[in-house]
Amino acid sequence: MATGEIIHAHAAPQGFIRKYVFSLDHKVIGLQYYFLALIAVFVGMALSLLMRIHMIWPTAVLPLVGEIKPETYLSLLTMHGTIMVFFVLTTAPQSGFGNYFLPIQIGAPDMAFPVLNMLSYWTTFVAFVILIAAFFVPGGAPLHGWTGYAPLSALPTAGPGQQLGADLWITSIAIFCIASLMGALNFITTTLDLRAKGMTMMRMPLTCWAWFITAILGLLAFGVLLSAGILLLLDRNLGTSFYVPLVVVNGQVMGHKGGSPLLWQHLFWFFGHPEVYIAILPSMGVTSQLLSTFSRKPIFGYRAMVYALMAIGLLGFMVWGHHMFMSGMSPYSAFAFSIMTMAIGVPSAIKTFNWLGTLRKGRVRFHTPMLFAIGFVSLFVSGGLSGPFLAQPVLDIPLHDTAFVVGHFHLIMGVASIFGIFGATYYWFPKMFGRMMNETLGKIHFFVTLVGTYSIFMPMHYLGMAGQTRRYSQFTEVAYMQRLIPLNTFITFAAFITIAVQFVFLFNLFWSMFKGPKASDNPWEATTVEWTTTTPPPHDNFGGKTPVVNHGPYEYSVPGAPRDYIMQTDPATVKAH
Amino acid sequence: MTTLTPTRTIKDPKTGQGGSGVHPPISDGGGDGRGGNGSPDYGQRLRRTRLGLLIGLMSVTMLFVGFTSAYIVRRGLPTLDERTSTYVRDWIPVNLPVALLLVNTGLLLVSSITMELARRQITRQVALAPVQSIPGVSLGEERSFPWLGATVALGLGFLTGQWMAWRELANRGFYLATSASSSFVYLLTAAHAVHLAGGMVVLLYAAITSLLRKPVEARRIVVDIAAWYWHFMALLWIYIFALLEFAR
Repeated sequence: MATGEIIHAHAAPQGFIRKYVFSLDHKVIGLQYYFLALIAVFVGMALSLLMRIHMIWPTAVLPLVGEIKPETYLSLLTMHGTIMVFFVLTTAPQSGFGNYFLPIQIGAPDMAFPVLNMLSYWTTFVAFVILIAAFFVPGGAPLHGWTGYAPLSALPTAGPGQQLGADLWITSIAIFCIASLMGALNFITTTLDLRAKGMTMMRMPLTCWAWFITAILGLLAFGVLLSAGILLLLDRNLGTSFYVPLVVVNGQVMGHKGGSPLLWQHLFWFFGHPEVYIAILPSMGVTSQLLSTFSRKPIFGYRAMVYALMAIGLLGFMVWGHHMFMSGMSPYSAFAFSIMTMAIGVPSAIKTFNWLGTLRKGRVRFHTPMLFAIGFVSLFVSGGLSGPFLAQPVLDIPLHDTAFVVGHFHLIMGVASIFGIFGATYYWFPKMFGRMMNETLGKIHFFVTLVGTYSIFMPMHYLGMAGQTRRYSQFTEVAYMQRLIPLNTFITFAAFITIAVQFVFLFNLFWSMFKGPKASDNPWEATTVEWTTTTPPPHDNFGGKTPVVNHGPYEYSVPGAPRDYIMQTDPATVKAH
Repeated sequence: MTTLTPTRTIKDPKTGQGGSGVHPPISDGGGDGRGGNGSPDYGQRLRRTRLGLLIGLMSVTMLFVGFTSAYIVRRGLPTLDERTSTYVRDWIPVNLPVALLLVNTGLLLVSSITMELARRQITRQVALAPVQSIPGVSLGEERSFPWLGATVALGLGFLTGQWMAWRELANRGFYLATSASSSFVYLLTAAHAVHLAGGMVVLLYAAITSLLRKPVEARRIVVDIAAWYWHFMALLWIYIFALLEFAR
């Protein structure tokens, strides 16, 4: 906010550092976010693999990490969750693709505040470095899970990772909050103020709507997490008692008194539930875009899609209590939270219905991005259907903290969102790098990942109902869990295969970047504004021209039109619906 | 198709973009900021920066909403007394140095007025700049009281006053970790002080840009958003003061 030259007034930079490192160009920043998330996702995936191996061979001595002790297992779990939620699911679909394509899709030369944009990326980067540093300090990474429940997270004496590791963790999260707030500010201003002539709000592609609403959620949610994090840091380091009641650790009375661990849970989940939608909404936007493009049909119920996004965003702020049914809350509040949670099923069902409506009688082109979009719908349905189960206190109480919950949120928030990222990658790769990705490798990647993720997370629902808890590091010796070992072994092997095929994706990504066939400006015959510019786009996106928008975003198969699609910037004389 | 374009309702006096109105032209880097093609469009920049500030203030608001809800929840909580094993309220109302804080409030409100005068001063300068640039036209000596400097001085006065208030609290036996209530007093006042200090950094930046001979229109944007931010900080302080005094 502190500069006079904030608004796009920069010429194309020349030097390497200004061009690729401290770049003001939203496209470079978008790619920086994307590659940061790519590094993060492989780190997070490696951690999950270690956990899966430990689950079935608890005494195995692994290369590099040695034998996984219970506290190591908990720190793996904490770091896996934190890295995946913050640095992958929040970073890639919103900050990565949003940065790259929001300005181009609305016909703007850059984001509203390029300097702020650069700051926001580098702040995120610093947060990531601090988080990873937690592995390498005395005591190691924290044990308190990605939710950081107090008093465990608030007491440095509570465990080996709870000393410096937990301080680094909470510092990293606080810095990430600030970065996200800067990003959200930029996204909202850009969407409201930088749209090209003719690009009314109701002509924006649904991707832009999703990024816009996600930015609003981020703006309102991350401030609260920041406040919660500051209180936690004070409790940890300056002896205050916001979250810590009178506690005895190892026979020693701590100096705290009167704090409320539930206060952390409320503040955390007030952020945490909107965060779930921050992770999934951009992928919903991408899915809508892809289904329409590759079915060669207008999106079914554009307005309903927009209002459903808004409704999901709004309801997302009213349901945080459903994470806390076990906390002894009043049954009346539990009832209210339960009803609000189930109400989210309505806009979600509208979206699913419209996606299926878009597919119906479409002339579907089964390119890799389309497969991932269809995969997203499938995962959204199967992951979403267990939501109403968990939304009911009576069912949540036995299922809470079991593998059922792990299966539920991995399917819907994790894998579905990742499918959106994959779809977006295959779809926009030609625009970003000027070359096409390999279709055969893409299809292998899709089918193995789809079957693999279902094989990993569907059985977890059964494990959860059979009583397998979430955070225990070792259960192979527990009598009633003996019969679950074969299923757990199956999941671990499915994880091996699914992770292996991600390297096919990685190879495809980098190989196609240099060796893929050259892409045309509009290889998918899509309609939105990013496909009107050259591939890859010039520094100011449109080579000095300013696009004028005359059509809605999804004018496919228009009767009487010369081609089967009308681009948004085509002259108004071209007949639309 | 209905349109939902909240940003177009404001008339943009300087667009000159053939009505497209939403595109910042690419600057050639030079120019005096007025006239001709390729010059920065300051009217549009001002509007956009104000919008950005408004959105930024929402996130600041959410930060303090978070603190406030923690305050209210924590204030109402009973706590276990280890001697009697019963639930008691451990919330000790903090005896605030009200007189000192009222003086501070006065300082901040006066600084808000000087800030507004600085904002209007530079707005007038921008409006008069085209007239003054005509050769041979003089509008006489503009009375230019250093309102920005006065604002920074008053802001520093406020922060010093807050420091004195913390010392006074310490003298009365209320430290950060003494009780939850005193924790919140320090937390809220310090969080506000940090935000106010951020505003002062922006004001100093505005002062530096005036030395660097940046165009007055660019400086005006900085002063303008700093002013709105400053007014928000004054309001926020009154809210915090009222919360700490009336809900203690």
